Amino acid sequence: MPPKFIGGIFFTNFMDLLIFKAPILMVQASMDGILLGILFALIAYGMALQWGVMNIINIAQGELVIMGGYVAYFMYVIGIHPAFGVIVSPIIMYFVGVGLYKLVINKVVDRDLFISILATFGISILTQQLMNFIFGADVVVAQSNFGTTMLFDNSVTLPNSKIFSALVSVIVAIVLVIYMKKSKLGRAIRATAQNSRAAKILGVDTEKVYAATFGINAALCGVAGSLIAITFTLHPYVGLPYTVRSFMIVIVAGLGNLPGVAISGMGLGVFEEFADYLLGTEFRIGAVFLLLVLILVYRRFKLSRKREYLK
Amino acid sequence: MNKLIKFILTFVSAIALILTSTSISFAKVVGDKIILGAAVSLTGKYSTNGKHTQNGYNMAVERINSMGGVKVGGKTYKFDIIYYDDESNSGRAAQLAERLIKQDGVQYMLGPYSSGLTKAMAPVTEENKIPMVEANGASRSLFTKGYKYLFAVLSPANQYLEVAIDLAVEKNGGPVDIAMAFEQDAFSQDVRLGIVDAAKRTGSKIIIDDKLPKELNDMAATLAKVKATKPDVLVVSGHSKGALTAIRQISEMKVDVPMLAMTHCDASKLAKQHGKNSEYALCAAQWHKELTYSDDFFGNGIKFDKDFNALYGYAPPYQAAESAAALLVYKDAFERANSTDKEKVRDALAKTDMETFYGNVKFGDGGQNTAKPMVLFQVRCEGDTCANKLVAPTKWASHKLVHPIPSWSSR
Repeated sequence: MPPKFIGGIFFTNFMDLLIFKAPILMVQASMDGILLGILFALIAYGMALQWGVMNIINIAQGELVIMGGYVAYFMYVIGIHPAFGVIVSPIIMYFVGVGLYKLVINKVVDRDLFISILATFGISILTQQLMNFIFGADVVVAQSNFGTTMLFDNSVTLPNSKIFSALVSVIVAIVLVIYMKKSKLGRAIRATAQNSRAAKILGVDTEKVYAATFGINAALCGVAGSLIAITFTLHPYVGLPYTVRSFMIVIVAGLGNLPGVAISGMGLGVFEEFADYLLGTEFRIGAVFLLLVLILVYRRFKLSRKREYLK
Repeated sequence: MNKLIKFILTFVSAIALILTSTSISFAKVVGDKIILGAAVSLTGKYSTNGKHTQNGYNMAVERINSMGGVKVGGKTYKFDIIYYDDESNSGRAAQLAERLIKQDGVQYMLGPYSSGLTKAMAPVTEENKIPMVEANGASRSLFTKGYKYLFAVLSPANQYLEVAIDLAVEKNGGPVDIAMAFEQDAFSQDVRLGIVDAAKRTGSKIIIDDKLPKELNDMAATLAKVKATKPDVLVVSGHSKGALTAIRQISEMKVDVPMLAMTHCDASKLAKQHGKNSEYALCAAQWHKELTYSDDFFGNGIKFDKDFNALYGYAPPYQAAESAAALLVYKDAFERANSTDKEKVRDALAKTDMETFYGNVKFGDGGQNTAKPMVLFQVRCEGDTCANKLVAPTKWASHKLVHPIPSWSSR
């Protein structure tokens, strides 16, 4: 009798699955989760960066990702391999980001968080509609034809497009870290994040830094978007899940903590895959949100204990 | 000054009076025109299919008008449609239904695109006792509410993939193991109910029953389960996104199943977007041009396909065909009622029993079309070009079903 998955394996043939199928399934789930998580971590890092530097929560993050994806898709349509999107898309998206900053964000950057959320929410709706208008309402995919890597006698399959995505994400993250440490602009960004007034007094042009930060974030979204074009699907209205996911990763990891973002991205990815196996697909996203709530409650609990101790 | 204000007031109210009186005389029939009302999605996420719907309506109106129009009570009328854009938004669709009925005085409605929007409009048309012939809302719940003025020319959603299960049982020579993954929305869950019924009827077992969250674009976990359990049939339904995601990941993960049944292959341009990777996928459709139904207006499916292509520059998806059929049903009902009274038209609609190029139309008690089976096609490739080939029902099948699907290692 084949094992059943209805309602998650906890409720049915749990033993059968755990003993005979589990090792392979667990490997598959972990690998899928990690590869997925790294990609999400890239988007989340962009969000953490501008959150930390500009104190802006960008609701339009997902839309920037999808826009970046369409750049890769159009390269694919005119016959260029969509993987080159990871080079072209960030360049275009950087200027889109700087443009958005000059148009909207610079007016809300020093205001409270609520205003920036409203403003970026507006940008999100506008870009959705614009993309729908320009690119149409069809769901589209770009084919990379990268093939598949098979492990353990074909029982664990990893799409090379996902491996490629994870590799590119890691490389981009490393380049970014080095850039932030070594370059002048990187140092200026970090200084502004720590104390924008002090940075200003010491001669940092914070306006320029903000514009560059928003541009870098958009460029990161561009890279992630082109990777999503070859691993998943694109549609003008599917940006929001990417915003929510990166928001969660940042909340779990904290700001300005790249290793934290990477680990929390992968951790959430793996957790999500396991939740799918154990509880059933319909609880997959719910489980991740439950975890988020638990983490927040735990943090608060820890904080309050600290305060008591200090008293 | 006072005089001027009075003058302006009189002027404005006069205009308002003229406007209201014209909008009342605008109602249902103006001169030799029968006015139909429709809200379709011209913008927003359904805009592609909304456009197909509108093109289908327009082509049928043009064809009926140019071929003698509608003959009621010895007089010849022409069809005309008032359109509004519902922005793919169900709240807006309900508002527009009100507006069409109350302000524009429309007495006969055509449906919008999608089950969700039809569900939003149906209570309004029902309350105002306005007949609505719809062609794009297949959700079963539309037909279980006891609506008296709603008529759907298409088969309800639960019938979409039942045929596939029957086919799998027939090929397998007995009950089958079914794995299924459906998006959590009204339409896909209705398709799921159909499969559950079919499984019960044939004694088949459902071994995976995944409900995919709407925002999910990754089915890797579901497919890993499929690999581990080796079912006889994998059924997937989740609109265009679901169809494209499924094929992408099935091909990447090299998932071998004897039969893969899906919905929305047409709407997502599966064969074009995924090419050879989509080969052998079995797809449910309301209509296919190779079906041999015929009527006086469009001839048959092949002719409809040709004419539509000449007019709009692309091959008609079934959404356009069923929309065109809705107009044929209206024409037939008007002529049988021999009146433009909406109640008489409604009664005539309820007694519809006709053949169109799109299929036979006969309405059940809930308003669903009970006379037309769903068709299944299979994606087949010659070289690098892939196309949908009709494989079931066998009466019209132009190609033989390939079963089981060849394994990935041999493809």
